[in-house]
Amino acid sequence: MTLPSTKAGGATTPAGKNTARRVPPGAGDSGRGRWSTTLILVLCSAVVILPFYVSVSMAFKSGEQAVDGEAFTPPSPWSTEGFVQAWALTDFPRAFAVSILITAVTVTGTVLVSAMASYAISRNWDRKFFRWSFYYLLSAMFLPFPVLALSQVKLTGMAGLANPAGVALLHIMFQLSFSTLLFTAFLRSLPQELEESARMDGATTSFTFWRIVFPLMAPMSATVGIFAFLKSWNDFMMPSMIIEDPSLQTLPVIQEIFQTQFSNDYHVSFASYLMAMAPAVIAYVISQRWVMSGLTQGAVK
Amino acid sequence: MFSLSITLPAVMGIFYSFTDSIGFGEYEFVGLTNYAVMFSDPAILSAYGFTLGVALCTVVLVNIAALGLALGLTSRIRARTTLRTVFVLPMVVSGIIIAFVFQFVFSHTLPAAGQALGIGALEQSILADPNLAWIAVVLVTAWQATPQAMLIYIAGLMTVPKDVYEAAGIDGASGWQQLRNITLPLISGFVLINVIIGFKDFLSTYEIIVGLTDGGPGTATRSVAMAIFAGFEDGDYAYQMANSTIFFLITLAIALVQLRLTRGNARV
Repeated sequence: MTLPSTKAGGATTPAGKNTARRVPPGAGDSGRGRWSTTLILVLCSAVVILPFYVSVSMAFKSGEQAVDGEAFTPPSPWSTEGFVQAWALTDFPRAFAVSILITAVTVTGTVLVSAMASYAISRNWDRKFFRWSFYYLLSAMFLPFPVLALSQVKLTGMAGLANPAGVALLHIMFQLSFSTLLFTAFLRSLPQELEESARMDGATTSFTFWRIVFPLMAPMSATVGIFAFLKSWNDFMMPSMIIEDPSLQTLPVIQEIFQTQFSNDYHVSFASYLMAMAPAVIAYVISQRWVMSGLTQGAVK
Repeated sequence: MFSLSITLPAVMGIFYSFTDSIGFGEYEFVGLTNYAVMFSDPAILSAYGFTLGVALCTVVLVNIAALGLALGLTSRIRARTTLRTVFVLPMVVSGIIIAFVFQFVFSHTLPAAGQALGIGALEQSILADPNLAWIAVVLVTAWQATPQAMLIYIAGLMTVPKDVYEAAGIDGASGWQQLRNITLPLISGFVLINVIIGFKDFLSTYEIIVGLTDGGPGTATRSVAMAIFAGFEDGDYAYQMANSTIFFLITLAIALVQLRLTRGNARV
């Protein structure tokens, strides 16, 4: 890409004009590179889009169209039959309500608890207890769920938490280490003068936190909240292991019925998959700015 | 200080209850017999072999794909935001649902396409072949895991100063030489992070296998996580507790290697 441009600049023109002439070939070059790279990336994105295309195409077919399992031809005419049936079969409103509830509790809980914990930790960093509790929280990042699963199922059962509330609680706990890491990194970059002057004016710690620090942390709270949302909404393992009552199961787990009972009604199952995927995709498209910045900061930790 | 002394113990209290649930008491109570049996149990050993193999293949595939995409997305291209949004999509959808969709693609769409195009190799569903089903698991896991690695690589590529490339361009280095001699050494820390995070994540693969093959055909694609959960349903709880303890130790070992390496890297 750069080789031709130096050749063109060096070979044909005197040194004085070199700098002036370098701009057009350079621009032309990057223009060419721009289109070829874009084309390659668009081709690659087909791999990403294919499953989504299959889902949409299957979901909008009618029963007769879907029965042969041919996914590439678009539905004609478009039918919402699958959605109507899926809505009833999965008892969509109830599963959706359970999922929303778990996710809402998880997001709120994660943001509040980890924000408070990070505040406490970062402002008391010189004390051993707080430093150790930080590393203690971080160590949980290395504990995968399967390792804890069996004993957690046992414990939640004993504590009467074998229900959505227990799942929300565990989701908060599993998000805690990553979120605290993000918040603590953010708090370190926040100037402490504001808090000091507030304290001088006689503000209590809780007043300082809620009125000054927490509003300042809003961007990071958004990032933490979105991660908690995606993790909680899409989780399959935990609810499927922990929630005992099938009628209180979450949306992703409900989809399993299409593997056993209605395995040939492709249009119904795909309509149902789409309905389960949609909230996360929509939330992501709306909030991707914070997802990006959060990941960048998480990566550079 | 006042509210801290209330919130923090509460946070730590919940957290203690959560780590207690590792239940270390369990395996001490049962003794070491479980471990002895475990190491000669072909079902467990094959689950570990399968899990490690899949994790290894996926790590390689994910990192090649993610680095390629990150390089493409950070170069000068059209419609950058749209493309980036598309490439991140796999990350935000539920693993189990994506696995169901791919199960359909592998068992219906691809064989149909194979028949139409006359490609014999595609006509059979690879999910039904005990020797090939693992390929599907690797592909789908990689499909979902690539965006995260890609974003980490993008973050990494942004730390590389632009003038290094300009200098190299003036010296006549080709694109490939720039990649090999400049980009890769400068982002080696990010490669390491991705490899280790990925390896750790792929070891506990569960949802995608459940959705794709449910461990089958037979037990050809049964991962360690699935063996643990199956043990819970079959009632050999303590036995699988021993299994999960070993699994935990493996994960811990990887985590320690990660800490050691990243710290060493930070010093350089």
